[in-house]
Formats: sequence, C-alpha cells, structure tokens
Amino acid sequence: MSLSISLSVNGVAREVALDDPRVTLLDLLRERLDLTGTKKGCDRGQCGACTVLLDGRRINACLALAASCDGAAVLTIEGLAQGDTLHPVQAAFIAHDGLQCGFCTPGQIMSAVGLLREAQTGDDPERVREAMSGNLCRCGAYAGITEAILDAQRQLAAPDHAEAA
Amino acid sequence: MPSLNYAAPTSVQEAVALLAGAAGLAKPMAGGTDLLVQLRSGRLKPELIVDTKQIPGMIGIREEAGGFVIGGATSGAMLEAHAALKAAWPGVVEAMDLIGSEQIQGRASLAGNLCNASPAADSVPAMIAAAAVAVIVGPKGERTVPVESIVVSPGRTSLARDEFILAIRLPPRPAHSGDAYLRFIPRTEMDIAVVGCGVNVTLDAAGVCTAARVSVGAVAPTPLLVAEAGAALVGHTLDEATLAKLDAAARAACKPISDKRGTIEYRIKVAGVLARRAAAIAFERAAGRVAKGH
Repeated sequence: MSLSISLSVNGVAREVALDDPRVTLLDLLRERLDLTGTKKGCDRGQCGACTVLLDGRRINACLALAASCDGAAVLTIEGLAQGDTLHPVQAAFIAHDGLQCGFCTPGQIMSAVGLLREAQTGDDPERVREAMSGNLCRCGAYAGITEAILDAQRQLAAPDHAEAA
Repeated sequence: MPSLNYAAPTSVQEAVALLAGAAGLAKPMAGGTDLLVQLRSGRLKPELIVDTKQIPGMIGIREEAGGFVIGGATSGAMLEAHAALKAAWPGVVEAMDLIGSEQIQGRASLAGNLCNASPAADSVPAMIAAAAVAVIVGPKGERTVPVESIVVSPGRTSLARDEFILAIRLPPRPAHSGDAYLRFIPRTEMDIAVVGCGVNVTLDAAGVCTAARVSVGAVAPTPLLVAEAGAALVGHTLDEATLAKLDAAARAACKPISDKRGTIEYRIKVAGVLARRAAAIAFERAAGRVAKGH
C-alpha cells in the first residue's frame, strides 16, 4: 500500500509517499530525505542515537512509524545551527569534550536540547544524568556531556541568548 | 516480506470496523514503542496496524466526577506534566515514569504498557493498586474492566481482537489517601523490573488504615492484586507487626520463575521488602494530607 504524508522537517515542508508502512521516521530521514545526521545505533529504542524532536518533544526516531508522523514537525541535528553559528548545546559539547568517536553525539545533542526545553533538571548534575539516561555513549564521554549541558543551560539563561532555544 | 497495511482512523467506530474486518492479525497501536520492536524482531507479524492516536479522547487527561480519565494513547510525558494528577496519584505517575528513557516517555502510554501484557510492566501494579479501570471499546460499544483482569498470561490480554482501550480511569480520591510504586533493578535506570510493588492506602484522621490495595509485578505470569496484603494493612497503623504481616502476604502471593534477573527465592524475598517500603511511602503521603488538612 502507498501512503502519502506531509510533515515539516527542520522548518521545511516535505511531502513523502511511503511504499511500506513499516518505514520508521529514522529510515525516512536517513534514506529518503538524506538527513544522515540522525544515527541508527540499536534500532530498538535502547541507545538514543536516533533522538529527534517531534513537535518539540524528544523521541526515538527508530520507534516511530513515519506514517504516524503525518502533519508533525520534526527537528533533527541538521536544523540546530543557524548558518555557521552553532547552537549553544553544540558549541558546549565541543568546549567540554562531550564526545570521542562522535557516533552518539547527534542523539546526545538533540536529547540535551529536549532536556533544556523541558526545564525539569535545574543545575543538578544527578538529574541531568538521569534525564540523559536514554542516550548511551560507548566511548564514555558522559562527564563531558553533563558539563556541556549544564554550561549550555547557563548560557541559554543569559539575557542575550533568550531567543536561541 | 508479507504486506502490512496501516490506518489512522479518526473515530472509534472506524477503528473497530478495521480491526474486525482484518483477515489476519490486526494490532491497535498507541505510542508504538513496544509494537515496533516486536514488529522488527519478527515476533509479531500483523497484517494491519491501526494507529489510534487520531481518535478523539485517545490523547489527553481530564478530571471527571472526582477522578481522572486518561486517554489510551496519552504519553508518560503528559502524565508527568499534569500537576493535579501527580498530586492525587504520585505512585501511578512515578510507575509510568520508570518505563524507558525520556525519549520513550514521549510516546509510551499506560494503556500500551498494559496491553503489551508483560508480567514486569511497571505501570500495571501501580494501576491495580489504584483500582484503575480500563474503558474498552469494541463492536458492542463500551465496557469497563478492572486493570487486574486485563492481562491473562505473558503477552496476552482479555481484549477481543476487535477491541482496544479508549481510556484508563482512576477513581475519586478520598481524603487521607496515598499511593506508591517501587521496583527493584540492579542499576538505577533503564532496566526491567526484577520485582515491582504498588501500594495504595486510605487512612482515617488518626492515621489508621481504612482501605488498602497491594499489587506485585514480575513475580508471576501476570501482575497480581494481593488481597491478603491489602487486608493486612486495614485497621492498623504501620507498626512492625503489621509490616511483617504485609511482607508475609506479599511473599505468599509470589509464583516467580528463576531467570537472569533473579532467582525464585530472591524475587520472593524482594517482593516482601518492596511491599514494606512502598507501604511506608504510601502511608507517609496519605498522612501528609492529614497534616495539610489540619
């Protein structure tokens, strides 16, 4: 069966015809829309490498059928920077060495952006770690990731960054 | 690969007709966080997926007649963000919040966790303790069933193939009530319960328990309502003799298996310990309302 869906991806309206309803949002992004920044790690909802924001909330793109995202707004890692200006979370990951091999990094960053929007953790590193527990990093860059998120949160709270997130 | 059809109906009638009309396996889908994993592993081979999220009433939380009605596809993140629900039923909300990561919470639902029918489903003992009922819709209309009657064996529910859960109802809350859910896992996050226990109590003004429900998970083929454990609390405060009776009743109900998460003996022991600890939290929460009310 063929299904037509329309969705907004990084602010751009996309119309897609799906030839199989099994296509996940992750495969749609990577295979059909050539947005390969979103990574496929476990493909079963355990590693968080495919984290994107769906209507502003973080989800695992591997566990959402593309067909069920008809009409939704998706934000991926490619949609974060403004031209050459990195999003504060991206810049903070670099400043704090929040990565090594980099494979999990797009998912970590999108999850962190979702976490900061949820605004539930405050500046408690323990709560940040808990709220990031759906993103695995095999290189073990967790310490830098936590520092990067806390730093980005401070920067975003500063008056000149009020609009950035 | 066999063909699979997908539909996102916008009414209960349409959804029921689609489920009833399918020749092979038809699966209703709420968040899909369990269904997609089973689809990919080949454990489930449905001919049709009916996405229920477009049906009015499936997503949202409303207060009705002193209780709460939670749409069948309402995400855990929405429960967590609902202050009144969290205040009335902290145990139910915490149990849901224990499932998976924040990313899973963006999609996963109480009704989905229930219909996945895992013996270790975290939200189910909390719902059973809360005396929650499932509002089931099908070709004959609507019926309400206590949550403890939904799961019949691992992976199987009492729902007919053309039925699905429209909503979960939590009952009105008497004064001085509190609930709690605890699970034991060998790490702090992202794991499946070795044992889970939900306790829900109502106290009188003096702090004596007047009603109690206790449920345990991951210690039998289905989550269990343990009437004897609830009865052990009624008429008592949380003194050591009462806790010992509760502990013994919770252990007596267990019929676990030994697997990589824990042995039979270990699970039984932990069930008693969790019942004690969850009861302590539930009593504290119930008593907190006593303090506030005075």
